[in-house]
Order: sequence, then structure tokens, then C-alpha cells
Amino acid sequence: MENEMMDAKDLKRYKIPFKKRKPCGLHCVKMNDISVRSGDDYIIKDINVHVHCGQLTAVIGRNGAGKSTLMKAMLGLIPHEGNIEFKDISNKKIIDNMKIGYVPQTLAVEKDTPVSVYDMFAGFLTNRPIFLPQSKKIRQMISEQLSLFEGEGLIDKKVCDLSGGELQRVLLSLACAPAPDLLLLDEPVSGIDTTGRERFNHAIGMLKSNYDVAIIMISHDMDFVRKYADNVILLDKTILKTGKPEEVLESKEFVEIFGEKYVYV
Amino acid sequence: MFTYDFMRLSFIAILIITPLFALLGTMVVNGHLSFFSDALGHSAYSGIAIGVLLSASDMSVPMLIFAIFFALLLNLVRHKNPQNADTIISIFSSLGMALGLVILSKNGSFSKYSYLMVGDILSISSSEIISLAVLLVIVIVFWCFFLNKLNSIIISAPIAHSRGIHTVLLDNFFIVIMAAVVILSIKWLGILIINAMLILPAAAARNISPNMRAYTCFSLIFAVSSGIGGLIISYYASVAAGPMIVVLSACIYFVTLSLKKVLKN
Repeated sequence: MENEMMDAKDLKRYKIPFKKRKPCGLHCVKMNDISVRSGDDYIIKDINVHVHCGQLTAVIGRNGAGKSTLMKAMLGLIPHEGNIEFKDISNKKIIDNMKIGYVPQTLAVEKDTPVSVYDMFAGFLTNRPIFLPQSKKIRQMISEQLSLFEGEGLIDKKVCDLSGGELQRVLLSLACAPAPDLLLLDEPVSGIDTTGRERFNHAIGMLKSNYDVAIIMISHDMDFVRKYADNVILLDKTILKTGKPEEVLESKEFVEIFGEKYVYV
Repeated sequence: MFTYDFMRLSFIAILIITPLFALLGTMVVNGHLSFFSDALGHSAYSGIAIGVLLSASDMSVPMLIFAIFFALLLNLVRHKNPQNADTIISIFSSLGMALGLVILSKNGSFSKYSYLMVGDILSISSSEIISLAVLLVIVIVFWCFFLNKLNSIIISAPIAHSRGIHTVLLDNFFIVIMAAVVILSIKWLGILIINAMLILPAAAARNISPNMRAYTCFSLIFAVSSGIGGLIISYYASVAAGPMIVVLSACIYFVTLSLKKVLKN
């Protein structure tokens, strides 16, 4: 109930430029036996993940548990064993051109880099060379896309000058253009204040319940996981525990890694 | 000064080389490749040495082939060892130079090629100008088609990859173009100053540019004006043209550096 009310309010506030498609629950992403090796050692081993559109799966684990490696494997950035398929359950067809949106922890943009938010978006989304004068149409499109996550005013800012929270929302807007089938989010460990984090979490919640997208998110915020995640994967090289948030966050495997502080009675 | 043929030719050469370097320099600086391009310059000696061994009539062919091989190899090793990229580039740079000097000193032809160190823009011929013009056209075409993608890779290779951009291929393509430009103009500019000509206009533009349009535009203006200014001063004051151009570019750099502080306040 609480969720539904929040969404109605959000939709008024956020202008939705890309076509809204309610999650149908029929699209799913299956990852079978994903392993990544470094020499003879496994960094992650035998990971099986199954996510449906409209669901948020949170990946949690200590530092060095292989969370980011898993995400890189999903993106195809590093060699891995196992396979990933995107299926339509209604007709059991495998869909080839799965659109993946990815929000990394940080960018490799150092200070003084003369790339504005406009340049970044236009560079990724259009073929019009970014050394030419801006096009009104493209600017309008980017501005609408940015407004999805309260970033309208950031279009002329340099990417390197954005605060941690602003950068996160801008990257999320970018990852949602065009609307992805699978959204991978690597949450930064630090650099975002509480308000920034709340706004971001809120945006993810809105996205989840209104768009036909499966979300996999590395998170360090257990309150967020408890509130928004549908499934949780506790990772330490391999999947230690998986299930509903309350199941995982109260399991003995979770307590062994994180201690008692997150366990609510 | 235009009563002399060599002055007319070198003036045209400057009008081609400086925009060429200004464009290339913007992405070399943004992509943290300044040491890379420096190493490419140093590989010129090895290229010449191989040309001498094969008793080639036109040295630019073995130089170009070796530089492309050298650049691709360096790029590969650098990406395999990202933690030690700086050291690796420096080692390649030293090796590219030392190997050439070893072979040339054995043949006793070392002094014959010492002009490579400083270069001489005044000795350029009209057919050589045509090859530079072809190079400029290639770079402009590359810029129109691939600048956006190159910019995306520099901002975040993982995001670029998730959007289906061939990051490795494009990166190598850019490196090869860079190698070709450096090697084919090293005879006129010299190993010692070629990198300064590549880096300085872009570095100066970076100080005062809020976006890619301004960046490209300022870089072009700074490069062409210091090029023409340097050539005119060199004629009337009887000093070497290349180094004079670098001195002017460096002055522009320091002016923009102080402007940057003013703009911030």
C-alpha cells in the first residue's frame, strides 16, 4: 500500500520521457554457473542467478567477496565460465539483443576534464560529433532524460565537478537511455551523503515498480536492501545464502560476515 | 618573408600540422596518453635503424611500420598491467630509443640521423606537405565518425562496452593514427619537442574550457596562432622555428592557467 502511494506521487514529480512499460514478470535473466578465474584460483565460483523484470536483486558481501567481479562478468568485461541468457517465459524464447544499463561506482574522469554532462550524453547516445555546436533537439532529449532523476539543472556542468550523489543520478539517467532490460548498479562505498543516498534509493524504488526492467545492485546499505530488494544474494566467492531480504539478513551466514548490528528483532 | 619558397612551404606546413596536432592533442590529453605519444616519438630511432639495416630508400616506411607495431604492442602490455602503466610506457620509450641508437652506432651512421632530435620545419618539400594534408583529412574524418565513441571510452570503458562500443578496437585505431601522425611529422618537429606541440595547445585549452566544443576550438586557436607566431619570429629573429612555437605555446599555457584561477573566483 505504502509503495503504491509513493509511486503515484513520484510519477507526477518525474516527467517520464521514455515509454513506460509496467513490469510483466515474463522477462527473465538467467546466469548459469558463472565462474571467474585468476590463474588457478577462483575469484567467484558457480554463481547461479535468476532475476525477473520488475525485481530488484541486491548483491551483498564483505570487501573482496567478488561482487564487482561478478558484475564485470555479467557485463562481459572479463573472461568467465558459464553463460547468461535473457528469456521471455511466455514463449520460452531466448532474446538476443538484451539491453544492459550499467552504473559504475566511479568514472575515470579526472579534475578539469572539459566534458560537460551534455557532452557525455551526446557522446554516448548520438552520432553528432560533440565538437560541433549543440543541437536543440538533442539538448531537449538529454534534458528530459536527466529530469527522470532530478538532474535537469546539471546539463551544462562538467562531469568532473558533479558531487557523488549528482554523478550517481546522472549515470542512472544515462543507463536508462534507452530503457534497459537489465540494469546493473555498482553502488559506491563512500562519497555520497545521506540525502544523496536517499534520493538515489528513492529513484531506484520508482524505477523498479514502474518499468519493465530487472535490476541487480551491489549494495552496502542494509536498510535499503531490507526496504527495496526482492531478493538478496550474499556473496563470498560463491553464493552463501540467497532468498528474501529477511531470510538472508537474519541468517547465520549473514551474521558471520557482518555481525549482529544489522539484525532487527 | 614569403619571397622565399622554403618560407612559403613551411608556412603551409604549419597551417596543416598545427590543427592536426591540436585535434589529436585534445584526446591525447583527455585520455592520459601524453607519455604514450612521447614514447612513440622515441621509437622513431628504432624505425630508422631497421630502415638502415634493410637499406630502405625511404625511411618513413620502416619508421611508420615499426611505430605502428610498437604502439600496438605497448598498448597491449599497458592494458595487461594497468597498475604499472607509467613504468611500462617509460621502459618502452627508453627501449625504442636505445635499440635504435645501438644499431645506428654499429653502422657508424648515428650522426647522420641526429637531425631527428630537433627537426627542421624549413626543410619540408611540397610532396611531403601533401602527405601531411592527407593525414589531416584522415584525422578529421576519424573525428567526425569516432570522436563521440572515443570520448565515451575515455569517460568509462565499462559503460561504453555495455553499450556495444568496440572499446579495444577503437582504442587501437586511435593509437595507430597517433603513431602515424607522430612518425610522419617527426622529421620536421623533432623528438625533443614533438610531444610539447601535441600536448600544450590542448593542455592550455583545458584550463579554460567548460565543454568539448570550447576545448576543441581553443586548442585549434592556440595551436595555429602559436605556430604562425613562432614561424614569423623565427624568421625575423633567426631562431629555430619548432622550439619558438613551443615557447609561445607554453606562454599561452601559463596565461590560461592564471585565467583559470580568475574564472573560478
